[in-house]
Formats: sequence, structure tokens, C-alpha cells
Amino acid sequence: MKYIVAKMVAVIAVCLVPAFSAVGQSFKPVLLYDIGGKFDKSFNEAAFRGAERFNKDTGISFRDFEPNSETQYEQALKRFARRKADIIVAVGVGYSVAVRNVAKRYPDIKFTVIDAVIDLPNVQSITFKENEGSFLVGMIAGMSTKTGKLGFIGGMDIPLIDRFKVGYKQGVAFVRDDVSFIENYVGTTPAAWNDPIKAAEMARSQYARGVDIIFSAAGPSGLGVINAAKDSNALAIGVDSNQNHVQSGYVLTSMLKRVDLAVEQAMNSAKDGTWAPGHRVMGLPEGGVDYALDEHNAPLISEAMKARLEDARAKIIAGEIIVDDVEGGNSGH
Amino acid sequence: MEFITDILLLSDSTLRISAPLILAALAGLCAERAGIVDIGLEGKMLAAAFGAASAAAVTGSPWIGLFAGILVSVMLALLHGYVSIHQRGNQIVSGMAINIMVAGLAPTLANAWFSLGGQTPLLDNGARFTAIDLPFAEALEDVPVVGALYSDLLSGHSLMTYLAFAMVPVIAWILYKTRFGLRLRAVGENPEAVDTAGISVTMLRYQAMVMAGVLCGMSGSALSTALGAGFIRDMSAGKGFLALAAMIFGRWKPVPTLLACLLFAFVDALQGRLQGVSFPLIGEIPVQFTIMLPYVITVVILAGFAGKMDAPRASGIPYEKDR
Repeated sequence: MKYIVAKMVAVIAVCLVPAFSAVGQSFKPVLLYDIGGKFDKSFNEAAFRGAERFNKDTGISFRDFEPNSETQYEQALKRFARRKADIIVAVGVGYSVAVRNVAKRYPDIKFTVIDAVIDLPNVQSITFKENEGSFLVGMIAGMSTKTGKLGFIGGMDIPLIDRFKVGYKQGVAFVRDDVSFIENYVGTTPAAWNDPIKAAEMARSQYARGVDIIFSAAGPSGLGVINAAKDSNALAIGVDSNQNHVQSGYVLTSMLKRVDLAVEQAMNSAKDGTWAPGHRVMGLPEGGVDYALDEHNAPLISEAMKARLEDARAKIIAGEIIVDDVEGGNSGH
Repeated sequence: MEFITDILLLSDSTLRISAPLILAALAGLCAERAGIVDIGLEGKMLAAAFGAASAAAVTGSPWIGLFAGILVSVMLALLHGYVSIHQRGNQIVSGMAINIMVAGLAPTLANAWFSLGGQTPLLDNGARFTAIDLPFAEALEDVPVVGALYSDLLSGHSLMTYLAFAMVPVIAWILYKTRFGLRLRAVGENPEAVDTAGISVTMLRYQAMVMAGVLCGMSGSALSTALGAGFIRDMSAGKGFLALAAMIFGRWKPVPTLLACLLFAFVDALQGRLQGVSFPLIGEIPVQFTIMLPYVITVVILAGFAGKMDAPRASGIPYEKDR
């Protein structure tokens, strides 16, 4: 009996060894997406594009994983940590608890987590000043509105999304002080990121009540807002990735959050050996956030608007304008 | 004046939100009236939404999308029927299995076919059921009261919304005015009697499942090709279960079920409207609380006001001939 067990173990070991050692390349980066999927035209897609650029520049392929539920965060992290990945990049504030747990157990693996802050010697945390980017798109909305009513639709009601809202409202107030706001949140659970029907219904209601521009910080649910903008012949503002092309002519601009840049830099620095743990904040000065301008929204943004935006950008970078922030924007939930 | 506008907007929203609910609740009603508990409405709805969105994306026609959505939903309904009628399996388990299977399978297939991370491509207006303006809507717009009701409220919905409301009298007529309907109701109450009369219980139940499949398919297609513009994972977001609750609240009868669906849809529309509104004395209600509203009302209604429930007596019990 003992002999059989030993034999089985040996056979299994023989089968497993090549699986672990047969990887040809020496540097193994891993990218873990948040719920919503790789091609969500938003947050995760930006992360994917960053990793793709790294792959193109260095020829090193990366492995990635799309979780279907929060319970898979920790499983995925452990699996790749056991396989001795050189760097694991996890995107999304939802990963905070999982990364903290796994990073403690695997102290020799490098982790980069985006949107969350974790204070461990082998974790690099990258967060964004979404409020600064939202300030700029808020200015655009304030300069473009004809009805004097603006809308905001957030995905899940968490402090991180509040940060978008606070910056947006401050940006609007910077150019006009007579604007009223209508705000909605799609929900209070992660399911709120995947409910375009509800988001669209909220957007329709806001448009019907006189709103002419809605900023949606709602992940894939935001596609519902953009679609409602088209149906109501009004404007929406995209988020995270450049969403101007989703419904060309109905998207005023997009608040870019350069997750792609963060992912690419994390992978590159891990490869060069310049990777360092700690907290990095990417705001306007670092090019971490911005507003999107391309052929799809060029007719909507005039030269005069651009001049005011560049002026405000310079003032924020110089510290003359301080954009308000929200407490606890990057803590886990 | 603003109050009246609000009421109009809320009612308009209610009609839109209720359409998929009504269709799904009617599907559940047909199945349960024939003695089969259909907890798999959610899964069938999601599968139909996916089928309709993919077919519409590939062909560019919402009609082919609708057909594909119905086809997928009927297949799943027949699978559920096979388990619960032929194999006499547990209907709750089979329904849940369908829900879980579709939740995983639809995004996986979407990823394999379209490589958009579990979504289907966004549909152009040509591939969707877009808003229809009823005749004379424009002409009547300036007439007081009638104009507001007709042009703003009733006109300008998609075909699927009108279809959902039209299905209520159709289903009521089938159930209560036709011989087939009488037999269908009988098979849910007392299948032995139906069997003794020489009518096939199995056949009737399969027919009921096909009806449920068609209605559920329409409901799912409405989600992805009329209200939305493409499939996104988990986009049914619990509507199948809400429809089931509406059907129970409507006591397995078409018109009360319609009213229950309208109530749920109205509360859903209302919660969006209440967000961020400041009330006298209370102040602003937190978002978490307004979002809870539809579910609180569901619980209160089902526990407190619904009274005695007369479920079809044979509902959920597989029929065994030789008992």
C-alpha cells in the first residue's frame, strides 16, 4: 500500500516538474484584472494595453487572469505566487485584502497593486489622483453645458468613486457657479459595475430632467450611460480608458486614468531591477490622469476651452489650485 | 409643475423597466400553472439576452436576434422540462443549475466568439428595437393632459415594451378562454384527473415549458436589444427572481402579476429619483437606503399583505402515472 502511494506521488511529481520548469523565458510578469473583464473598454482594458506595450517593447510575454468573483482574487494571487512569478500586478481596489494576505505569505515575490495602498516591504502601491483628472473634465462640462444642469452617475457607492465626483464638481464650479447637479449611484455592491440597464435608466431620467452632460464613473455600466446619451441626443463623459469612440459625437470627452502607464512602468522597472516598494501617486504632474482629445470629440472642444484647460493644468501642477480629495479613497471595502 | 413632470418621468421609466419583468413573470406563470416550478427564469433571461445580442451583432437585424434569443431560451426550458417531467428530478435544483450554468457559459462563449472580455459588440441602432413614435404623437404633443399622457408617456417606447403589455391579455385569454388553457391549469392542480380524462400530462407540461421559453426569450431579448445595446455579463441582475416574486404576489394570475411588475418597476424608478434628494425634516436619504427600497417593499408585501397563497397544487411535484 505504502509502495503504491509512493509510486503515485512519484508519478505525479514527474508530471508536474516539466509543467513548472519548462517555461522558456526567465522573466515572468503576471497581470490580474478586476471583475468586469479584460475588454471592458475601461479600467481593465487600460491595464491590458499597458501590459501589451510592455510585451511589444521587450518581447516578453505576460500571463493574465480574469476573476469572476471576489473569492478568486486570493486564489489567483496564491497560484501565481507559488509559480514564482517575477512580478504580480493586480489592478483594482478590491484586491487590497487579498494582496495583503498573499504578500505576507510570499515575501520574496514582488507585488504591484493599483488603486489600493498596502504597506508591506514587497508591495508597491500605485494610486491616482482621479480628482485632478475629474476637475479637468468638470471644467469641460461646465464650459459646454447649455442647460446649466449636469449629471453624475457613479457605479458602486464607495469613497474611490466619491473622489471622481468631488473633483468633477469642483472643476465645474471653477468655470461656472450657477450649475445644479443630479447625482445617482447604480448600486452598493460590485454588481453595480455590470448593470448597464439600470445605469441607462438613471441617465435617461437625468436627461429628461434637463441635464445635458453626464459624467459616468461606473465601469462597464457606463456603456449604458453613453448609449442613453445617444438615445436622448445628449452628451456623456467617459471614464478610465478613452471612450470617445464608443458612440462618436455623443461622448464629450473621457477622464483618462493611465492604468496602462502604471502597469507598463511596474513591469519595466521589475525587469530592470529598479522596482521599489512603497506608495506612488500618479496625478496630473506625473501624467497619471488627463482628459481625452481625439478625432471623435475634436468638434466639441474649442481652442478657447483648450487654453483654459491648459492654464488650469499648469496651476494644479504648480500647486496654485488644490483639488479636494476624499478620505479613504484607496482603502479596501 | 415640476411635480407633474416628475410623475410623468417616473411613469415613463416604470413602463420601460417593467417590460422584461412582465414577460419573465408571465413565463413563470405559464410554467407554474402547469405544475413546474421555474426558478431558472434568471438564467434563461440571461441566455436569451446573450443569444439575441450575438445574433443581432452578427446579422445586424434585431428580428433575427429576437428569434435567436427565443430559440436559446426554449432549448433551456425544454432541458428544464426534460429534467422535471421525464426524469422527475428536483425542479429547484434543475432551475438553479440553469442559472449557474448560463452565468458562466454566456460570458465564456462571448469571449470566445467576440474577444471582448465576455461582452458582445455594442449594437448600432439598426440592430436594436429602438423607440417607436405612435401615430399622431407629434400632432397631439401640445394638447394639454392628453398630449402629455399620450405623446410623452405612451409613445416613444420600443417594440418590446408594447409587446410585453400586449402579451398579458393574450396569455390571460389562452389560460382562461381556450380548451388548451383549461387543461394546462388542470394539469397544475390535479394531473391525475387530466390523465384519467385521457390527456397526456407530459405533453401538456412540455407545451407549457415551450410557452415559458418563448416569453422568457422575449424578456431576455428586450434586455440586450431594446433597453440595452449588447450583452454584458450578469446583465439580468436579479430580474428573473424579481419576476418570480411578482408572479407569486400576483397569485399566479396574469393581470395581478402585471400590476405587481408595475409596482416593482415603479419602486425601482422611484429609488433612482430619490437619490440625493433632500427631504424636509429627514434630510438626504443615504444611497444605501434608497437602493434597498425595492427589496424591502418586496419582503413587506410578500410577508404582510399578500395573504394566503394559493399556489397551483401540483406545482413542483413530478407526475408519476403508476402511483
